[in-house]
Amino acid sequence: MDINLTYLMPEIATALLAVLVLLVGLLVPKEKRHALGYVLALGLIAILVFSFQYYGLNKTVAFNTFAVDDFAVFFKQLFLIAAVLVVLSSTMYVKKMNGNYEFYIITVVALLGMMVLASAADMLTLYIALETMAISFYILAGYKTDQKSAEAGIKYLILGAVSSAVFLYGLSLVYGMTGTTVIAEIAGKVQDLSALSPALILGLLFILAGLGFKISLIPFQMWTPDVYEGAPTPVTTFLATGSKAACFAVLARILLVALPDYSTHWQFLVAVLAALSMIIGNLVAIPQTNIKRMLAYSSIGQAGYIITGILALNTAGVTALSFYSLVYVLSTIAAFAVVMTFSAQTGSDEIKDYAGLAQRSPFMAAVLTISMLSMAGIPPLAGFVGKLYLFKSIVTQGYLWLVIIGLVMSMISVYYYLRVTKVMYMVKPLDKEPVTVPLGAKCTLFLTMLALLVFGVYAQPISMLANMAGSALLP
Amino acid sequence: MIDIFMDKFLTIGLEHFLILSGTLFFIGLFAVLAKKNVIAVLMGIEIMFTSVNINLIAFNRYTAAEALLTGHVFAIFVIALAAAEVAVGLALIISIYRQRTSTDVQDFDWLKW
Repeated sequence: MDINLTYLMPEIATALLAVLVLLVGLLVPKEKRHALGYVLALGLIAILVFSFQYYGLNKTVAFNTFAVDDFAVFFKQLFLIAAVLVVLSSTMYVKKMNGNYEFYIITVVALLGMMVLASAADMLTLYIALETMAISFYILAGYKTDQKSAEAGIKYLILGAVSSAVFLYGLSLVYGMTGTTVIAEIAGKVQDLSALSPALILGLLFILAGLGFKISLIPFQMWTPDVYEGAPTPVTTFLATGSKAACFAVLARILLVALPDYSTHWQFLVAVLAALSMIIGNLVAIPQTNIKRMLAYSSIGQAGYIITGILALNTAGVTALSFYSLVYVLSTIAAFAVVMTFSAQTGSDEIKDYAGLAQRSPFMAAVLTISMLSMAGIPPLAGFVGKLYLFKSIVTQGYLWLVIIGLVMSMISVYYYLRVTKVMYMVKPLDKEPVTVPLGAKCTLFLTMLALLVFGVYAQPISMLANMAGSALLP
Repeated sequence: MIDIFMDKFLTIGLEHFLILSGTLFFIGLFAVLAKKNVIAVLMGIEIMFTSVNINLIAFNRYTAAEALLTGHVFAIFVIALAAAEVAVGLALIISIYRQRTSTDVQDFDWLKW
């Protein structure tokens, strides 16, 4: 009964990298510490490349607490990509904070939480990983010393802690009813329960509410716009991408591996939550004047699309969920990287100040337009392929009504995305001074734009990996 | 009739613990929703976590097979993580108190809800 540490190497390497950079940073003079971001990004890219060899193992190690399956590896790589892009684009932000490089370290600790979360095969591991990620984000959200940031931090902390208490209560009920904390064993124990157990249903509801909060499904979305607006933009980016994607993975694992026998009870509920998120998220995004708030509501809508993948209860659904999660992460990072660069130079997040961005920085305007069109699902961008996979997987399961709502809401989302594009291209700029893009942000913008364009026409490699992920979770 | 009722009521079983933990959970939730002082809100959150611990240990005592201590271990981790959460919470409260000299949640209104 010993643990083979090679299976945990990506996590160990990430933790070591964080500690190493923390120590090395002390030797670097203050005004150069922001450059540690490049070192960190290189290290994370090395881990990303290294993690490819974990595909195809499909094992559960360390006393059934840690799953090294393709689903977990796919999501780990997704978080690593998100972390690399976020670290690269936040170098300027750290420079402005007088080289306060602990910002990078806490980001990597949050990443570590996400990576363990994707692999968690035991409810205890799952909870510890979830809290590692969440507590790091509470700190990050309140990182800036201005009033809005502190308020965003405290709001996220209070609501986040309540949601994790609710989630934990749900876990304790599931543990009590089944007598085990191992996710794969729960399914077997649930089958033994001859009658429907009300306590288990209550536990399921609480778990759904706790995770629904983290992925900001309606009606647990109230924190999203506030925290997204108040938190530093690099943090908002990571919160909207990594933290959400991690919780999609956990939700899929709990619902599809532990509680598939109760699917008649949760399927309709998840469908209604998805529909509500699509409708309210996209409609409330229309009147927003702050671009971060608009993207927050749009991300609520996107969460609605992504969880439809769980409803299909088959490999195709999980494949679509994995694929769309990647596309969502790339397009959200692209959009927020533009917002980050713009607000670092002009100090504004208002949509009206984006007037004439096409003349001040054609590159930024193009990337923002492409990422938004991808989120809306316009061909030939990657978002279109992702939505196609998602809708195809649920339409065969009798969710035509959900597909129709999804399509209508995609049309509506084009309206408010194009409104920003119109401001950027049609309205004359008040301030003609060009906006310069720093090197790190330039890499991020270029890579995400390229990925969105390429995966739209040539999705083969990614859909193959997503398919492996899907069949690992639901063979 | 009364005898049977008293007998059932006085013999402490799993139900008693579940009722206690359920009550505590909702007392905590009430504190979070109704209290104005953010420190009291944090206390409410602590009560919610405590109710989970009672649940875990009671389930471990009454339902777990053999001599497994999963529930106990789980409870210890919950205590540790709740402490970490409160440490960060208090740090954030100090940071916001310095700016606004208030710990009233209703004063935290720079971001519209």
